[in-house]
Amino acid sequence: MAGSGTILKEFKKGLWAENPVIKMLLGMCPALAVTNSATNGFAMGMATTFVVISSSTMVSLIRRIVPRQVRIPTYIVIIAGFVTLADLFLKAQFPVISKALGPYVPLIVVNCLIMGRAEFFASRHPLFPAIMDALGMGLGFTGVLVVLGGIREILGSGSIFGVVFMTEEVFTPWVVMILPAGAFLTLGLLIGIINYASQRREST
Amino acid sequence: MLSVLSLTAVVVGGILAGFYQLVYPKIEANRLAEERRAIFSVLQGATDYETMVKTIDTEKGEEEIKIFKGLDGEGRVVGYAFIAEGPGFAAVIKMMVGLNINRETLTGLRVIEQIETPGLGSKIAEEKFEGQFRGLAIKPRIEYVKNKKPEKKNQIQAITGATISSRAVVDAINNRIKIVLKILEDME
Repeated sequence: MAGSGTILKEFKKGLWAENPVIKMLLGMCPALAVTNSATNGFAMGMATTFVVISSSTMVSLIRRIVPRQVRIPTYIVIIAGFVTLADLFLKAQFPVISKALGPYVPLIVVNCLIMGRAEFFASRHPLFPAIMDALGMGLGFTGVLVVLGGIREILGSGSIFGVVFMTEEVFTPWVVMILPAGAFLTLGLLIGIINYASQRREST
Repeated sequence: MLSVLSLTAVVVGGILAGFYQLVYPKIEANRLAEERRAIFSVLQGATDYETMVKTIDTEKGEEEIKIFKGLDGEGRVVGYAFIAEGPGFAAVIKMMVGLNINRETLTGLRVIEQIETPGLGSKIAEEKFEGQFRGLAIKPRIEYVKNKKPEKKNQIQAITGATISSRAVVDAINNRIKIVLKILEDME
């Protein structure tokens, strides 16, 4: 049985050291496509967190029953099931967010972050570490999506979480930031700055 | 080997079918509430509506046309609403259109779905553009003018820099109006 120290480590690695978006560059499609506002980034992050926790739990529980040869299709069926649950839930409870995210909710199925955690972690570890790993990865993913969405929303719409704080009289919104190009610019610069900063810290 | 995969699929399928039954009423209610809001926003004075469904033949096969008859508090018809959609600059633009009871002018327009370019084409969903359709004459057909004030009763001003989006709205309405007028005539 692993000690509480290693459990905490499994949780924390997803937040920064092995962050899915800024360190491993996984799940790029939703990270780029839906982060035109902080709210959308948060909603996508939460939906993904739900799916990665649920599917990692299931995969870890059945890891001894599933034959190696059919493990990938089995994981995909499980992941697709949870994604559909999340999609229906959003449609029923949060129709506005569901509409804003559009086809990107069903597309969580092919988010390699989730498949990656199932294949590399949950299928090889007991239940509790698998859940902590998934929780850390999900929250790390959500965090970066909110930051990305926040930066793009502030510069592109003059608002944050839908609250306008810079009217068009004082600040002309940079429309490009909420267009696809803005996603690439923001993510690229963000990763560049982070890598530059961590390299400098290592060398000193 | 196959049994594990099949079993997983059956269990997941069963859970999804159950969950769908559970949330379907809520999803349907959301859709109806949105439809209701759109209809009332293009038909001033309406407090209730009746849905008339008519199937027509088009080049692409049979199509179901819904016309919403707007009713006021005393049950009098105040106008007709219908959904028009057509290809925009980025994807399909879907809108609710209100038609006057004498079937000569529009009573309003509300864009329901669009993903046109933010800051340019997306202005079709703003009051400044939508408002131009209130009281607009539909005969002989709706037209748009560029960079000047409309002179005729059946003209609107296109959004500067977003002619394609503006034209898409006008075309979609013109196309659908012909069908709707025909159906309303046939019903008398």
